[in-house]
Amino acid sequence: MKAMDGKKAVLQRLKAEIMALEKFPMPKSAQQASLGLGPMEASFTGNNFPVGVVHELISRDSIDAVSTNGFIAALLGKLMRKKDYCLWISNQRTIFPPGLSTFGVRPDRFIFIDIKKESDVLWAVEQGLKCSGLAAVIGELKDITFAQSQRLQLAVEKSRVTGFLHRYQPRSEHALACATRWKISSLPSESIEGLPGLGFPRWNVALIKVRNGRPGSWRMEWRDGGFHPVAVEDLLERANDQHYA
Amino acid sequence: MPKRFLSLCFHSLSTDWLVIKKPELKGKAFVLAIPERGRMLVHASSKEALDRGIFPGMVVADARALFPSLEVFDHDPQLEGRLLTALARWCIRYTPVSAVDFPDGIILDISGCAHLWGGETAYLEDICFTLRNKGYSLSAAIADTIGAAWAIARYGQGIRIAAPERQRECLLPLPPASLRLEPNLLQLMKKLGFKNIGQFIDLPPSTLRRRFGEGLLVRLGQALGTEYEFVEPVQPVKSYREELSCMEPIFTLTGIELALKRLLEVLCRRLVKEGKGLRTGVFSGLRVDGEIVHISIGTGSASQRPSHLFKLFELKLSTLAPGMGIELFTLEAPLVEDMEGVQESLWDAVNHDQQAIVELLDNIAGKVGMDAIHRYLPQEYHWPERSIKPVPFLQGQPDKPWPSGISRPLHLLPQPEPISVMVHLPDYPPRHFRYKGKIYKVVKADGPERIEQEWWLQNGPPRDYYRVEDEEGIRYWVFRLGLYGEGEPQWFLHGLFA
Repeated sequence: MKAMDGKKAVLQRLKAEIMALEKFPMPKSAQQASLGLGPMEASFTGNNFPVGVVHELISRDSIDAVSTNGFIAALLGKLMRKKDYCLWISNQRTIFPPGLSTFGVRPDRFIFIDIKKESDVLWAVEQGLKCSGLAAVIGELKDITFAQSQRLQLAVEKSRVTGFLHRYQPRSEHALACATRWKISSLPSESIEGLPGLGFPRWNVALIKVRNGRPGSWRMEWRDGGFHPVAVEDLLERANDQHYA
Repeated sequence: MPKRFLSLCFHSLSTDWLVIKKPELKGKAFVLAIPERGRMLVHASSKEALDRGIFPGMVVADARALFPSLEVFDHDPQLEGRLLTALARWCIRYTPVSAVDFPDGIILDISGCAHLWGGETAYLEDICFTLRNKGYSLSAAIADTIGAAWAIARYGQGIRIAAPERQRECLLPLPPASLRLEPNLLQLMKKLGFKNIGQFIDLPPSTLRRRFGEGLLVRLGQALGTEYEFVEPVQPVKSYREELSCMEPIFTLTGIELALKRLLEVLCRRLVKEGKGLRTGVFSGLRVDGEIVHISIGTGSASQRPSHLFKLFELKLSTLAPGMGIELFTLEAPLVEDMEGVQESLWDAVNHDQQAIVELLDNIAGKVGMDAIHRYLPQEYHWPERSIKPVPFLQGQPDKPWPSGISRPLHLLPQPEPISVMVHLPDYPPRHFRYKGKIYKVVKADGPERIEQEWWLQNGPPRDYYRVEDEEGIRYWVFRLGLYGEGEPQWFLHGLFA
């Protein structure tokens, strides 16, 4: 039994060393507090959503883009502390700031940068990621090369800012130096306890790639300021008696 | 801000000064004399001497004949100039812009100063009282223009303050001499019977020009405020400007960067000393061929950090064409602002972060423009387009919380887009709607949330908002403009929920 424990410890240490070599930020013990992402957390090293890295999110149409932005806002609601600011950089902004408050973030903590030239978006994202005073930087852009994503990665390694690259209809889904790749799409909501009307926002969250973790796919509902997994039976049931409320 | 000027007129400057210097002369008849063409002429006489009929311009020998115990002092021709300059400097306690007005007055630019003394009347009283206490006899007036203040101070009977934009009314009864005209012009006017300004102020300018020349029109314009007049302050308002001249023309980027860095350091040191921060800066270079090239930057909030300002300039340095070389560099800060010490922020991590963000935003604004950066605060309107207001950068915190309990979409279309719908009954959400040629079947719906027009801003029918979800689980924000039964209501798609 003792030998087993010893082996485990060695493995753990080796893992940590490899991670350090890969420049993958190990969560510090102070930040160990879970973000409350429910079952999604199991996919990440140490059951912790990686902060201080760049996340990539892909949406294929404007409908997905809304869900993706909603998902980002929900994550920010978990990530941001009270006095934090974050930057939302986009080429054609569609975000309506009051809509953000649904996800537990204060819209006045967002600084929107609306850039006309798409090539400047990436530059602004990089500048933002270098600024350690920010909590997060969200960049809405279409295409980015591997080398460019590496630059972003280098920037966050120093500043520990969390970056979200929301790629809208990218030309190709090639590999990037990002920690994760997500795809979010919206799901029909469930009416609350038989009441007519809409339920809480629901998404199909697909974690396609993750460095040092296990990809996965979940059905999540945003309710009471937190992520809640949706049981599949619910969905089936819903599909069976689809009716007009 | 509208300009206001105060004109001080000293009636007997040199004799008053002598009395202050030699108090034993008080109440005695004395004169100041200057030699002219081999005789002594009275230049200024004290009040007592004046009472005895001894006027400036008399020969001292004649004056002695009139009043044998008259005391005579030599007059220093530079005296008035020195005295006025000293008094103008003294006046800086009232306003930073104080100028000498030869031969007997001082002009103060008091724009935005009087309220500190509790209004213009109190301000004027305070200056006059203090100077009279010192021993000077004087009169003073306040008006919108230098010309009008000058005229009222010397000729205004009983009027001391011309209300803003009322200088014309005050000028009408004054004699032409109050316009600071040449003596021969005054003589001509006297001959023609012009006793006050009101008699000729409304004559066509062409007539006045023909009869009296351009000089009268200029003086009239200066008094009325249509013609610009400036004063030369005794202590010039220091501008934030630094210069660096080079031994040899500089045309390399490294050289220009070095020059900029050095200038920034000097300027920032001065800014730190005076507790100011730069808001706009202009870096210019005088080229060998005589051309001047410049680049300018602006900051979102006052800054006095050379490294940050250098970064902002650096983005634009490539547009500075050195040509054959630059001989002289200047760095100017046309706009500076008061700035609280940055010392405190070192202790406060939050402030420190904010500083970093402000600098980042400046950097971004330098490249993509200030108007690209937006931040919003809630506004007390229900109409969605008006519910937020843009604020500059990080200034301002919401004075009320963001509305909770109402749901607003995450994406809002720039303009509501018309849709065609099928509705069961009035006031029901749509059964399905057609948008851009595609039909969406509504499965679930919430609403309506009626938002009325804010009648004090605009009139029109109310909007009834519905949240609807289609078969694929996509949630839309649609509204009906108008009511059934009152014309034909239209439907619009306005946003998308996450």
